[in-house]
Amino acid sequence: MQALYAQLLVGLINGSFYALLSLGLAVIFGMLNIINFAHGALYMMGAFCAYFLLNIWGIGYWWALIIAPIVVGIFGMVLERTMLKWLAGLDHLYGLLLTFGLALIIQGVFQNYFGSSGLPYAIPDELRGGTNLGFMFLPIYRGWVVVFSLIVCLATWYLIERTRLGAYLRAATENPTLVRAFGINVPRMITLTYGLGVGLAALAGVLSAPINQVRPLMGENIIIVVFAVVVIGGMGSIMGSIITGFALGVIEGLTKYFYPEASNTVVFVLMVLVLLVKPAGLTGRAA
Amino acid sequence: MKKKMFASLLLGTALSLSAAGIASAQDKTVKIGSLSDQSGLYADLGGPGSTLAAQMAVEDSGMVAKGWKIDIISGDHQNKPDIGVNIVRQWFDVDKVDVVVDVPNSGVALAVSNLIKEKNGVFLNSGAGTSDLTNKQCTPNTIHWVYDTYTLAHGTGTALTKSGGDTWFFVTADYAFGAALERDTTAAVQASGGKVLGGVKAPLSTADFSSFLLQAQASKAKIIGLANAGADTTNSIKQAAEFGITAGGQKLAGLLLFITDIHALGLKTAQGLNFTETFYWDMNDGTRAFSKRFQERIKNHNMPTMVQAGVYSSLLHYFKALEALGGNPHDGAKVVAKMKEMPTDDPLFGKGSIEPNGRTIHPAYLFEAKKPSESKGPWDYYKLVATISADDAFTPLDKSTCPLLKK
Repeated sequence: MQALYAQLLVGLINGSFYALLSLGLAVIFGMLNIINFAHGALYMMGAFCAYFLLNIWGIGYWWALIIAPIVVGIFGMVLERTMLKWLAGLDHLYGLLLTFGLALIIQGVFQNYFGSSGLPYAIPDELRGGTNLGFMFLPIYRGWVVVFSLIVCLATWYLIERTRLGAYLRAATENPTLVRAFGINVPRMITLTYGLGVGLAALAGVLSAPINQVRPLMGENIIIVVFAVVVIGGMGSIMGSIITGFALGVIEGLTKYFYPEASNTVVFVLMVLVLLVKPAGLTGRAA
Repeated sequence: MKKKMFASLLLGTALSLSAAGIASAQDKTVKIGSLSDQSGLYADLGGPGSTLAAQMAVEDSGMVAKGWKIDIISGDHQNKPDIGVNIVRQWFDVDKVDVVVDVPNSGVALAVSNLIKEKNGVFLNSGAGTSDLTNKQCTPNTIHWVYDTYTLAHGTGTALTKSGGDTWFFVTADYAFGAALERDTTAAVQASGGKVLGGVKAPLSTADFSSFLLQAQASKAKIIGLANAGADTTNSIKQAAEFGITAGGQKLAGLLLFITDIHALGLKTAQGLNFTETFYWDMNDGTRAFSKRFQERIKNHNMPTMVQAGVYSSLLHYFKALEALGGNPHDGAKVVAKMKEMPTDDPLFGKGSIEPNGRTIHPAYLFEAKKPSESKGPWDYYKLVATISADDAFTPLDKSTCPLLKK
């Protein structure tokens, strides 16, 4: 039973990464209608950004949490301005192919210079060590990841669903022409939204750098799972993707305990089941 | 001028005609296929570095100066047996490849080994670990260089059990290599009086091992055996430190660790780990000279792993056999038989021999990762703990289940 609690908690930790990443994807899909396959590569760039900051300029983890999402976010905005912009109004497939191609290029470039084994990134001193919870030894850093990502997720949800800016944003996706008529710069808003989604991916990258190796391919596997999360939660649904992210982390954790061989596939089995029963996802509205 | 040109043209034609005449008798062309994981979790231990090692073997052998024409091509099997088999089939059918080297990932290596036998090519494996390649899956066309799961089990497994680590729990990569390594290590542990309490199978290329490690922690075994490789091993070790497993008194046994893994972990995390290898760059003048040259030429400036060193060393021996045969007969079994006749000797692995089941034997070494304070600089990572004699490091012939031996 003790081991079970531990697995639940570990699942929650993984779930926080799923939630952060799927949230970014959901924001981008919801607002821009782009299926952002480059998300995993941008997540990886966030981790590398933290690594460079530390090893080239000696800037530590806490600043990296702020700087890396901004830097990678700006990179994302450049991508949006120079490439993705031209695909507005076209079929989803074009955006998917373009971002997939970008992901391969970005990963390839990093791999060319950094190989595939990965680079070490130490846990910041303030978050070292752990506490014994009785049923397991919880590394403080992992606890921090859960709390921090939960706060970021809820803040993003609040920003989009509850503030005036978010209302503009949602309105702009419904009817860009009308919103423009009110004097709002819609293209700029879209660029910023893409930057926000990308920034969230980079933030997840920084968070995961001390846990996983900083590797060029670190985003390759996780992105597939995260897509399944988004599909299960309902494409474009903000709250749906947050809840599903955490929930799937837990389910995966339980699978690792009861039947570890299936832990890589359980998410996809669930995805198939959900699609059979509710094709629009758990919280999605049918188009 | 014109006359001269005509003359040289005539001479050239005559020469090429005579060369064609000789070709049927003693062909001096070789095509090497370097098959590896070029971009995934095993790319740094084999991958592009193995192709470079093959290139260096060709250059150092001096074969080109002796009139040989040697080409190298490389392929990416992506750790998938079906892709590996397709590449090798094309290599033999279309590209006329003679010899396949490297091939990390035991699943791919076993599949490819059968195909190479069917095509009567040569398979010089240094990347894959499964000891099945020289046991029940052995072929007259395969030579297994460098190491296998038996070596790892009898190096690290026996040493740790004898020094008090008598209860084990395995975190095993869920494919051929992990299964073979767990099986061989279990045997070694039990033979030394230890007990295996349990194990868990983790999918290949897992990012997060915490669930598996927590199960290992709950087992209360003294040693947690990591029967995995590459990024899987480094992730496990890192996360075990994070979850206080090592601080709690349990010891980790990275059953297969390469120098690139130690480099990725950093000595701070890796210090004190015991592991078995058959090659380390800083062993003697020969290994240092080769490794420095290798490091200058490889893109990420890594030191060579034992797998890459094995590609170099096995090809040198292969070339020696071809020279002894006086040409390339394009008959894999014949070349392999010649290779088995000749004792091996090269600057990287020293003197050794190839057993009838295809196993190359030479000493293996039990290393310990240095403390950061003991390291004199980048890549100064290993401390030699013990040398395992060639006879102890590999399956004794009378225990080998290779069908070739039952003639």
